[in-house]
Amino acid sequence: MQGDFTSNLGRVYTFYTGGFASFVILLAILEQMGVPDQYIGYLFVFFTIAVYAGIGIMSRTAQVSEYYVAGRKVPAFYNGMATAADWMSAASFIGMAGTLYLQGYDGLAFILGWTGGYVLVATLIAPYLRKFGAYTVPDFLASRYGGKTARIVGVIILFNVSFFYLMAQLVGTGQISARLLGIPYETAVYIGLIGILVCSMMGGMRAVTWTQVAQYIVLIVAYLIPVVIMSAQSTGIPIPQIMYGQALQEITALEQSQEYLKGAVSHVTPFLNRDPLNFFALVFCLMVGTAALPHVLMRFFTTPSVREARVSVGWTLLFIFILYFTAPAYAAFAKLEVYSHVLGQSVATLEAAQQLPGWIYSYGKLGLVTICGATSATPEALFAACQGKVEVLNFANFRIAPDAVVMATPEIAGLPYVIAGLVAAGGFAAALSTADGLLLAMANGLSHDIYYRIIDPKASTKQRLIVARVLLVLTAILAAWVTVNLDPGTILPLVAWAFSLAASGLFAALVLGVLWKRCNTPGAIAGMIVGFGLCMTYLLVSRYFPEFGLDSMGMTVNLNAAGKPVITPEALQQLRDAVAAAVASGDAAAIAKAELALHNRLINNVGWFSVANLSCGLFGIPASFVVMIVVSLLTKAPSQEMQDFIDQLRVPGGGEMMDKEGGAAIAH
Amino acid sequence: MTTSSLSPETAAAHWAKSRSLMITSLVIWFVFSFGIHFFAKALNGIVIFGFPMGFYMAAQGSLIVFVWLIFWYAKRQNQIDEEFGVAEDK
Repeated sequence: MQGDFTSNLGRVYTFYTGGFASFVILLAILEQMGVPDQYIGYLFVFFTIAVYAGIGIMSRTAQVSEYYVAGRKVPAFYNGMATAADWMSAASFIGMAGTLYLQGYDGLAFILGWTGGYVLVATLIAPYLRKFGAYTVPDFLASRYGGKTARIVGVIILFNVSFFYLMAQLVGTGQISARLLGIPYETAVYIGLIGILVCSMMGGMRAVTWTQVAQYIVLIVAYLIPVVIMSAQSTGIPIPQIMYGQALQEITALEQSQEYLKGAVSHVTPFLNRDPLNFFALVFCLMVGTAALPHVLMRFFTTPSVREARVSVGWTLLFIFILYFTAPAYAAFAKLEVYSHVLGQSVATLEAAQQLPGWIYSYGKLGLVTICGATSATPEALFAACQGKVEVLNFANFRIAPDAVVMATPEIAGLPYVIAGLVAAGGFAAALSTADGLLLAMANGLSHDIYYRIIDPKASTKQRLIVARVLLVLTAILAAWVTVNLDPGTILPLVAWAFSLAASGLFAALVLGVLWKRCNTPGAIAGMIVGFGLCMTYLLVSRYFPEFGLDSMGMTVNLNAAGKPVITPEALQQLRDAVAAAVASGDAAAIAKAELALHNRLINNVGWFSVANLSCGLFGIPASFVVMIVVSLLTKAPSQEMQDFIDQLRVPGGGEMMDKEGGAAIAH
Repeated sequence: MTTSSLSPETAAAHWAKSRSLMITSLVIWFVFSFGIHFFAKALNGIVIFGFPMGFYMAAQGSLIVFVWLIFWYAKRQNQIDEEFGVAEDK
């Protein structure tokens, strides 16, 4: 049956894509016939989740290798699609274009960082892990670095990296459905949770693979359609990736000529929001982090051969590229719309003439657009807020949430609601596919690495799969519970941390494990702990204990892109004086208030050499390499057996090296 | 556990060649990840199809090179594996 399926993949997914297109057309017809928008939205979400669930249940399995690595039967091309979906999260789908809108050139650090890392995956990591034949990333660490300690350190890092990332995907599903479909946030989180569980629970990696391929098709179609239509409308040619050059020129011309855009930084000029050090530090951390994220690396364990693993990285990046080279087009078209049709409009006629486009109000109602300090719910409200304050709407008085850029595009282009529903389905697919991969990576770390390899190596296949599924469900419920009970604003910034943390904790151990035979167990373990620990400390101190950072860790107030401190020494001194005065007065409430004011001002604004805490890998990555090398050289060289093991690792032929049922392939 | 039929000389020669391909790839990677973007401001002076070149390279140009680079690397590494007879059985 499986053989039939893999040889018919092309036909299956062509049929699926055709079915999806017909479904969208059917909904468009329903909309024309007067079916309310809300039902169209529901149909989109429930139908697509039902299809993913169907694939998930059809792919159920009772075999360990099917559950953990999809039987290593996934062709390079399809693994590329699945990895692209695994990789591109709600943040890529909804947030990326908005970041580019706000930051212009400097936002491209994310585009570069989240693509170039795959070169490292292809040349340094994926083929060797595939050759080894691991089920999980800690499997490799355990075999190369002798046993339990390396495995446990690996699992701990894996968990720290993946858990917040998973929560962010749940937040993403909640926000998308609350905004585009009107489903309450909490309900949507639990719908998302069910969507993730039905895809992964019965079939593990095998089910996740085939649903991710299906999800990639939905997300890429949903991402491209609105902007292609918008490009055709505004330039006459439906290739946004080429045509947004025109939009860039018009934006630049407006920025230079219009008084109402005073204060807007140039969209195309580099290093206005991030100085070069922070720009390149971010690119570097995102790239190295990409090459160390366990939920991405484990996808390359599913290809039939080392050769296909390498090619598969190429397909992955090609499929990611299709979305990432479109995101700047979204940003440019949205910015041109705002600069030419919203800003510069006269406030006096605002109420009477209704001259602002309708999307300003529909997204204003959702709190995503703010003008003159008020959410732009109605023309009257806007008029009231702006009257007497400004003559024409200007840059300084306009705010748009990054998330609105992609979501509002269908409406900006005047498209029917069915397209907005499609975008919601695409965002859902992006969030669910990433969540599937993350959940599986964590649950496998628990069930395979901790339970099977450490607690009960004699467990039967049946026991192992039961434990795997129970842990999967428990991890998912825990993530959903925490998500619902925490403010989304505290969760989302943590996602970007995952890259620096993974890079500082795992990258050196994975790379030196293959490249440097002399790297030994004490070195690797010390390097992982120091790299990860340093990065984590930097993050936690600059985010949660900035006063401690200033006083005891040699941190200073960060400089902005223009080289000025983000908090002037005078302002800082004032805040400190206020604390001192409060302490002198002895009033506990006043002390707490003054300390809080100082604390809030310092959050994320202190560091070493002005490096943003997002890029803590800039310290963690070199530290892990240095410690790994120094400690390895100071301790005993690995055995001859281990050196032969590495020779084997470096050639594709000869089959997988990991002992299927026992443990590490070599005795230590 | 697999049995090794690889002679140390073949292993060393294969690895030397693989490593130099790896280094070449990483040099290209470095140039398009960092090198050319150091000159983004200067490149922005050149405008093609409305795109300032500095912006274009970070938004598309480097990405195209990355995609090409991985496929090229995969092909070259496979040729090296076949040359030394260490490729997988087809």
